[in-house]
Parts: sequence; C-alpha cells; structure tokens
Amino acid sequence: MELTTLQVVWFALWGLLWAVYFMLDGFDFGAGMLMPFLSESDSDRRVVINTLGPVWDGNEVWLITAGGATFAAFPTTYAYMFSWLYLPLLLILFSLIFRGVGFEFRGKRDTDRWRQGWDITIMTSSFLASLLFGVAFGNIFRGIPINMADGQFVYEGNFFMLLNPYALLTGVLFVLLFARHGALWLSVKTTGSLAERAENMSRKLFIPLVAVAVAFLAATYFSTRLYENYIEMPMWFAVIVLCVTSLIASGTSSGVKAFGFSCTTILLTVFTGIIGLFPDLLPSSISPEFSLTAFNTSSSRYTLTVMTIVVAIFVPLVLMYQIWTYYIFRKPVSPEDVADPEVESY
Amino acid sequence: MDAIALSRLQFALTAGFHWLFVPLTLGLIILVAIMETMYVRTGDRMYLRMTKFWGKLFLINFAVGVVTGITLEFQFGMNWAEYSKYVGDIFGAPLAIEATVAFFLESTFLGVWIFGWKKVSKKVHLFAVWMVALGSNLSALWILVANAWMQHPVGYELKNGRAEMVDFGALIFSPYAWTKFFHAVSSGWVVASFFVMGISAYHLLRKNEMMFFKKSIKYGAAFGLAATLFLAFIGDSSGIEVAKHQPAKFAAMEALWETQKGAPEYILAVPDVKNERNALEIIPIPKLASFLAFHDWNAEVIGLKDFAPDMRPPVVLTFLSFRFMVGLGTFFILVTLMALIYYKKKSIENKRWFLKLLVLCIPLPYIAGELGWIVAEVGRQPWIVYGLMKTSDAVSVNLTPGHVIFSLVGFVSFYSLLGIIDFYLLVKYSKKGPEKALEA
Repeated sequence: MELTTLQVVWFALWGLLWAVYFMLDGFDFGAGMLMPFLSESDSDRRVVINTLGPVWDGNEVWLITAGGATFAAFPTTYAYMFSWLYLPLLLILFSLIFRGVGFEFRGKRDTDRWRQGWDITIMTSSFLASLLFGVAFGNIFRGIPINMADGQFVYEGNFFMLLNPYALLTGVLFVLLFARHGALWLSVKTTGSLAERAENMSRKLFIPLVAVAVAFLAATYFSTRLYENYIEMPMWFAVIVLCVTSLIASGTSSGVKAFGFSCTTILLTVFTGIIGLFPDLLPSSISPEFSLTAFNTSSSRYTLTVMTIVVAIFVPLVLMYQIWTYYIFRKPVSPEDVADPEVESY
Repeated sequence: MDAIALSRLQFALTAGFHWLFVPLTLGLIILVAIMETMYVRTGDRMYLRMTKFWGKLFLINFAVGVVTGITLEFQFGMNWAEYSKYVGDIFGAPLAIEATVAFFLESTFLGVWIFGWKKVSKKVHLFAVWMVALGSNLSALWILVANAWMQHPVGYELKNGRAEMVDFGALIFSPYAWTKFFHAVSSGWVVASFFVMGISAYHLLRKNEMMFFKKSIKYGAAFGLAATLFLAFIGDSSGIEVAKHQPAKFAAMEALWETQKGAPEYILAVPDVKNERNALEIIPIPKLASFLAFHDWNAEVIGLKDFAPDMRPPVVLTFLSFRFMVGLGTFFILVTLMALIYYKKKSIENKRWFLKLLVLCIPLPYIAGELGWIVAEVGRQPWIVYGLMKTSDAVSVNLTPGHVIFSLVGFVSFYSLLGIIDFYLLVKYSKKGPEKALEA
C-alpha cells in the first residue's frame, strides 16, 4: 500500500481503538461511579464489582493498545502529545492504577473500613478517569496552542489552559455518557431491586445526557474546526445523525437493546470527533499548519505495513475471544453468586 | 537535579517497582498451570487446593504488576519525547505488538480463569490458565525485543532525521533479544520457585498441612532447579552478546581497565574510577573473563581505558551489581538442588535449619533480578540506544524539574502505599494457608 493510504488506514484504526476502548471501559467507569448510589448493602456492591470482574482488565488493554498504536504508527504525535499533556496524563494514570487495584484488593480483608475505603477509591477514580479523558479529548477536538520555531513544534500552553469551558463540557459529556452506559450495563447484568435501581438511574440520566450532548454539538461549532470536514463532505453528517438516533433509541428502549444502543452511541460519538479531526491527531489552535497530523507525524511505510499485518491477524482473533468471554459470562450476577464460596469472586 | 536526572530516577524507580511484581507473575502462573494440569489429569482434590491457594497469591501480586506497567509505556512519551520521536518508528512496534498479541491474551483469559470455575468445563478452564501463562511470558518477549534493541540496535537505517525500521526480521530474531528474553523470564521462574518453596517451608516449620506443602515444595524445587540451571546457561550466552556488542558495559561488569588477551576475572574488586584502576583485586582467576566474553581463554577483551571517561558506564555500580547477581544465581542452584535431594530422601520436614533458610531466601531472587536490570540499564550508559543516541539527548525538551518532581513524589508515595498494601495481603494470605472447604 502507498504511504498515504497506510496513514489514512492508521488514522482510522487509531480512532477505532479509542472508540472500542471507551465503549468497553466506559461501562466499567460508569458502574464504578454509580456503585455507592445504587447499592443498599455490601452484597449489592460486590455484585456490581463482580459484573465487571471478568472483563475490566481485558477492556483496559484497549487503552494500552491505543497508546501503543499511537507510538508505533504516529511516534511524533505520541512524543509531543504525551510530553505536553504530562500532568493530565499523570492524573489519568493514577486514577486507572487505583481503580484496578481497588477491584482486586477490596474483598481481601473483612472489615467495613477497608471496604468503604476501596469503594470510595473505585468511585472517585472511575469518575476522575472519565472526566479527564473527556477533558483530554475536548482539548484534542479544540486544538492546543502549538507553534513552530526553528522547524520544531513548540507547545505554548499550560495545565490550566486545558481546563477551558469547552474541554470541561466534553468532560461532563463523557461522565454522563459513561455513567448511563454503566447504569444500563448493571440493569442487564444484575438482578432484582438492584437491576431496577440501575434502570431507574439510566432513565434519570437520559435527559441531562441529551441536554449536554446538544450543548456539546453546538459548542463544537463555535469552539472547534471539526465541522469543516462535514461541510466539505456532507455525507459524513450521516454519522452524527446515526449517533443522535442511537442515543434516542437507547433512551426509549430497555434491557439489552438499550445497552446495545448505548454502545453504538459511544462508538459513534468518538467517530463523530475523529471524522471532524481528520487528518489531525492533535490540531494547533494557533494555525492549522502547525497541527500534528496523520501525514506529518507517521512512521515509515515499512513500519506501517508490518503493523497493518500484525493488526489484521491479531485484532480479529482478540475480538473473537473477547466476545467469547462476554458470552461465557452473559448471565446476570446475583447476590447468591457472590455468596457461594465455590465460585471465585471479588 | 535537572529534568534529565529526575526523569532517569523516575524511570528507574517505576521500572524497578514494576519488576518486583512481574517476575513472580511470569513464574507462578506456570507453576499454577502445572498444578491445575495435574488436577485435571488425576482428579485429586489436593491439586485443586494447590491451584487455588497459589493462584490467589498470584492474583494479589498480578494486580499491581499490571497497573504499574502502563506507567512505563506512558513515560516514554511523557519524559522521553525526543527518544520516542527519534526511534519510535522501530521501537514503538514491539510495544504495540506486545499489547495486541500478549496483553489481550493474558488479561482476557485471566478473567475466564478467575471467574470461570463453574462457567466452563475443566478442560476449557485449564486452557485458560495456560493462555494466561503464555500471554504473560509472550509479553516479556516483546518488551525484551524492544529493550534488546536499545542495547544493540539492529534492522534500522537513519533516514528522515530518525531511526527507521528496515528489517523487522532482524529486530525480532536478534540473538541479543532472545538471550535477554530467556534470561529475564527464567529469572522470574526462579523468583516463583523460591516464593513457593519459602512459603511452603514456613508452613512445614509449623507442621501445618504437611502433605500439601511438601507437594508444593516438590514442584517449586523441581521447577526451580530447571530454571536456575537454564538461567545460568542463558546468562552465559547473554554475557557473550554483551561482550560482542557492548564492550564498554562488559569491561565495567568485569572492572577491567586495560585491554588485554587472556583477561582475568576477579571474584571481587574495588574499582578506583578516579585513578582508572582497581584499588583492590581479590582472587583473580586467570583468563576467565576472556573465556566468559568469547568462550576463548586467550581472546582479547577491551578495557575501560579504551573509552573516553564520559563514554564509560558507572563502573562501581555495574561491577558490584553483576558480581552479586552472579553470586546469588550460583547460590540458587545449590539451594534448589538441596531442596530436591531432601525431598527425595523424604526428610525435608525434619531439616528445620534448611526450611528456615528457604523462608529467608524468598527475597533473594527479587534482589538478583533488580541487580540484573541495574547491570543492563546502568551498564548501557551514557547511551539510551547503544552507540546511537545518548540518554542526555532523549529527554522531553518542554519538561521542567518541577513537572518531574511532582510526578516523582506522586509515584513514590502512591507506589509505596500500593507496595505496603500488597505486601500485607501477600503475607496475610500466605500465612492463612489453603482453604479447608475444598477438601473432599
């Protein structure tokens, strides 16, 4: 394949990896955030955590793969993005670390204080990670002050500039999207009154989510250049329309169907952003010429070809065995399951 | 300290901390998989209890290993942006492949293994544990392909102002990578075998679950003896790769100042860096360094003086780390051999001094592993990619010391907390012993 074709393919893959990551870890974050609000007992909280138990780790690998793919395919973007966004990335990293060990450690000691401590940790870290990922993507959509000096890209921003209203709005959007995604997950994956409370929660979150989504789409027009691609090729508007449609469909249906629509909503939300970004991976708010793009920061044709072959073989395989595990654990988790000593649980 | 020194310190600490958890993961999962295989083949509930007991310790350890790994991937971009830009075309690929090929396998099947006891058949469950073992050891392969490339860069050309990959085959079939891979994973297998032997010895000293822990010691010792012997063999091959491709590192490992034929090996020496000599040389073994370098007693070994002072790695640290690593490795062979002999003679539960020794030995393979990484990484200095890029040119240009101090303090405090909790849980569940409920 030609270099430019490969660059476009990897841009699409980059977006796809992020989209799948948010679709999967999104419900982990959501369930983690809502756990204290939906549970009436320790048994409820254990049920919530055990719906995530078999899958959260595999879900998080999509993030590591998205990071690794950025490194392999767009090393220059990887280098600049990660060094410029040093502090926010650090905070995301700490959130993810504490969430992960929280799941594993919570049940390992039998005192209330220990469990409460980890419950708060899981809730806070899930919330923070969602918010920060949103803030990060808000800044990516909006562009950050990248200048050019002596032929080198230079960053002229600072940490507090990243906390601008548009990025914070994107943060709130992510929090609401994931919270409701998690509520829908729990409505399907738990039983009895817990499942009912989860479903009620998803209904309560629907209107605020739609309101923030509308505000986000409007603010995007004023704060970003994302719509330029759409105006140039109006057929892509179909993606936004589909996204909004599946959002509404997820609010008017229930059970597995609603959760499925919530999945497509998250996928399409990321696609909406990615299509608007193309070919930018990290736009410059100073001038489009200084943006880091799929074309000016990519790896060589050889490396992209090697990586394409690896991905073509292994990603379908990964999808197969991950879908298989979701199938194995398709049944809802009940309080009886977590009380059974013969069944391992968190 | 400047941003470079702080970034180096941060990478050393976070990588060193990560390596406290990974080796046990690499080895213990194989032992657990063997135990579960025995359970499926014989139906003996003893093996099921062994699988669950050692499996639980594996999981407590695994959690911290997995979350601290992401930190390392992120740091290449965060702290070492110039490095990532310059070599990302070839260095990024093995990292991305590691995630795609190994991490998914490991973490997805781990979920099946932990939660799937009643959801899938015994055979599928067994398959899952072997997939976890395969995944974790495969991830070590890819990360060591990446690291070996930093030690001995191959398969690249300097084009467009950076190192670009031109030969993927050269990258993954680099002999340096394979000797390093086997050296690192077998060091993990040794950590696991001493972990299992030490905890079993603790319980045997208390006459607790004698059958269970004697059987555990048997598996730990047999696996450990195979691993230590292999470790020594592959360590020797690793040394040859170093001598061939990183002469300055090899000279530092041997504290050898003068280029000479038939170079001697000192059991211990005190290098005097300022005067470019050894202040003290204890028990020289004639020609041994030459033999270790090239398997030729009279081969010429390049001395440190052939390199400008700023092109030499820190000699004292590299030399001493290497000495103690090798010393510990030799000691491990003896201990595993003795454990196996005592087990065969059916007298291990009566050798109280030996059981106590086994308990005390638990931390030693961890220390040896950390020393090994010090030799590998400190010995590579001043290069980040040997002969190609200096560490001092690799750091992110926009970083201020303030940034790194902030993250460093964050890592040190969070990691200390995690380390303490994890250690506490490991001790708690080790002492508790296997579940009685599973006895049939």
